[in-house]
Amino acid sequence: MARALIHMPATAKKGEIIEIRALIAHPMETGYRPGSDGKLLPQDVIRRFSCSYNGERIFAAELHPAISANPYIAFFTVATDSGTLEFSWAGDKGFAQTERMSLTVSPA
Amino acid sequence: MIGRREVLAGLVLTAFVRPASATPERMAAAIAAFSGNATPKPGRIHLEIAKLIDNGNTVPITVTVESPMSAADHVTDIAIFNERNPETEVIRCMLGPRAGKAEVSTRIRLATSQKLVAIARMNDGSCWTHTVDVIVALAACLEGEAP
Repeated sequence: MARALIHMPATAKKGEIIEIRALIAHPMETGYRPGSDGKLLPQDVIRRFSCSYNGERIFAAELHPAISANPYIAFFTVATDSGTLEFSWAGDKGFAQTERMSLTVSPA
Repeated sequence: MIGRREVLAGLVLTAFVRPASATPERMAAAIAAFSGNATPKPGRIHLEIAKLIDNGNTVPITVTVESPMSAADHVTDIAIFNERNPETEVIRCMLGPRAGKAEVSTRIRLATSQKLVAIARMNDGSCWTHTVDVIVALAACLEGEAP
């Protein structure tokens, strides 16, 4: 399992727009860099990231080798109901990881 | 002491490992594929990035789009393209009214000084664009692992 860091508030008021910052440890090897033997290192990147909120997909991204190592993505969402946010990453060499965070929403 | 022959050999090697880069034509084709029939118009979108970049390996970048993000009027996709990295596409984000705010940040690699283009597609099919020229001092992806 790669180390994943997700920053988001644990509580929010209903209707509040919250920022979510997600980072995962991954080399994002581009396939264009030579290794110590001079040969190109094989490509190994995360291709997809998605975030669902109580089962509904609220954000997704397609990543390309131009994304830095340890991909960081920050985005926003509206707090609607208390529940779970699920973050998934998928990529080359069968990379797949899912993390969950819970959010408590109080009435506005 | 390093002789002239070694320097020459080094230059040849550098030229050899340097990857083929994308071209303005390839970027234009990728943008056309993303925007479909709509011609991207300047405005509504803002691409925030340092104009002078010391290290091309991790460049913070933020894209903001002016949009109420309501069910009737929202951003569906934000994409970033470049013209001189080995591949022209950088990232494509899929948003919706649940985002509340059309703003996305990430960190990217830049192989050299070049043009960056951000495009936003709205739910009505219109596309908006912002182009930024950046200067990169230390390029990403040219240097390999430490021997």
